[in-house]
Amino acid sequence: METRSHIQLRALVKVWTAFVVFALYLPVVCGALAGLSKGRYFGFPIRIFSTEWWEKTVASLEIQTLVQNSLLIALIVTLVSVFFAFFGALAFARYDWKGRRLFQKAILLPIFFPQPVLGLALLLWFNALGINPSWQTAVIAHLVWIVPVVTLVIAIQVYSFDPTLEEAARDLGASRWFILKEITLPILWPGIWSGALFAFLLSWGNFPLSLYTAGVDSTIPKWLYSKMVAGYSPMVPALGTMSTLSAATLLLAGGLVITLLRRRRRDV
Amino acid sequence: MSVLTASHEEAAAKPSHLAIPAGLRAAAPVILLLVLGFLAPLVTVAAYAFATPKSFDVFRSFTLANFAAIVEPSNTVWTSFVWSLSYALATTILLAIIAYPIAYGLNRMFGKWAGLVSVLFVFPLFVSENVRLYGWVLFFIKNGVLDGGLKWLGLAGGPEVLYTPGAILFGMLYVYLPFMLFPMTLGLAMIPKDLVDAARDLGAGRLMIWREIELPLAMPGILIGMLLTFVLGAGAIAESKILGGQSVITIAQDIEIAFTYAQNWPLGSALALLLVVIVSGLALFILSRLDLDRILGRR
Repeated sequence: METRSHIQLRALVKVWTAFVVFALYLPVVCGALAGLSKGRYFGFPIRIFSTEWWEKTVASLEIQTLVQNSLLIALIVTLVSVFFAFFGALAFARYDWKGRRLFQKAILLPIFFPQPVLGLALLLWFNALGINPSWQTAVIAHLVWIVPVVTLVIAIQVYSFDPTLEEAARDLGASRWFILKEITLPILWPGIWSGALFAFLLSWGNFPLSLYTAGVDSTIPKWLYSKMVAGYSPMVPALGTMSTLSAATLLLAGGLVITLLRRRRRDV
Repeated sequence: MSVLTASHEEAAAKPSHLAIPAGLRAAAPVILLLVLGFLAPLVTVAAYAFATPKSFDVFRSFTLANFAAIVEPSNTVWTSFVWSLSYALATTILLAIIAYPIAYGLNRMFGKWAGLVSVLFVFPLFVSENVRLYGWVLFFIKNGVLDGGLKWLGLAGGPEVLYTPGAILFGMLYVYLPFMLFPMTLGLAMIPKDLVDAARDLGAGRLMIWREIELPLAMPGILIGMLLTFVLGAGAIAESKILGGQSVITIAQDIEIAFTYAQNWPLGSALALLLVVIVSGLALFILSRLDLDRILGRR
């Protein structure tokens, strides 16, 4: 039953959503334009387009180090956080145990926490332990925030998991390892892949934690920020756009793989 | 087969009431990480907050001098607190209004497009906030996209909004939108559609359905979104640095200054501790009232 006011409401919601999406991506487009214009200083409308700054960015040795740092941190964070979060999600959503409610709340606290303050607190803690901040400490800092997020992502998958499957296998005499490998893991794969994708991308784009805990090592967001505050060059929007595009590509590829996994699971 | 049976018997032979529960064992790595990576740093901050000002005598001295310095009338750091908390509050309220229609659309109207629209809203989370905020600088700056575009059309040029307190609020609305939208969408998904249909069939008006059914049932999700937005907004720093051009100093920036330029870690810790107490107090208060199993979809 579609009344006229309902149709109007529907149109209004669609227009509003489209407008917000437009606003969401407008600055990304502005950055892309600035990275592709020829002059040293940005002016609109752009007079001459050129890929000069993209080439300079790709050729820069300093930026290659940044990319390596960001990649290394994101890869380690992904591997470790998926491992922690897989078991964390089982504890969150699958097992009934005494401390579960408390655990569910405790794990949310690092997410419900201002990240700059978390970064500074970690800096203090590392200092008290006598550890010099470097990219390794940035990995720890990322984990504190990303493991809870990935746990939630996997937990949502665990909720849709029928625990009687595990029990049936156990009754049939399957070992704990066999159950994990043949039953639990295959069912949870889509959630695990989503979690891994989240972990990588959140670490790749993280700025506040890296700023305070990476010490002298720099990551892409950290370097961009230092150049935004002092010493702008069109390499800043160029590198920003490249970083955004790589994240988008990864999200699309990862999303495709996960959709295929889910579809295959439904067919089986 | 014999191997499998043996291990099964071995497992069954263990006295189950003495063993650590499977849940706790699975939770152990995460608990360890939270204790070492979250609790311990906060304890360090708390310890520093009571250390001698401008020293590094943590765990060796105890004084309230840092807190005394904060409440001293000549100290204007309280204005940073007021700014940050007001910004956080304004961001929370405005985003609730901005995100509600979108969350509603994602649940009820967009159909097969809902997935794509969600991805469009998730993606910005993976681009660091400074890159996105800097895009707005390029948009609003003199001879930037807005100003230059308007001039190109023969108009007077854009308004000067950059480096004002309003620009900071705008940046916060922009950065924290997904944090409001997704919990809200989960919340709205908790409303059973037949309940709404039943109420309509019995003659309830749209406003009444919204107030009596939809809003109460979606409240847990909305509350989580508001809490998350408020907490992150209270610790915001990049928005004021990039879009605000220091026109307003937020509390997170005061903390950062104490830790870096001023080298007064005890003072910075005292400020951070106050912020953490406000923010975590609120978070614990609201989270203790929510049933996470239901929100995340346990069957």
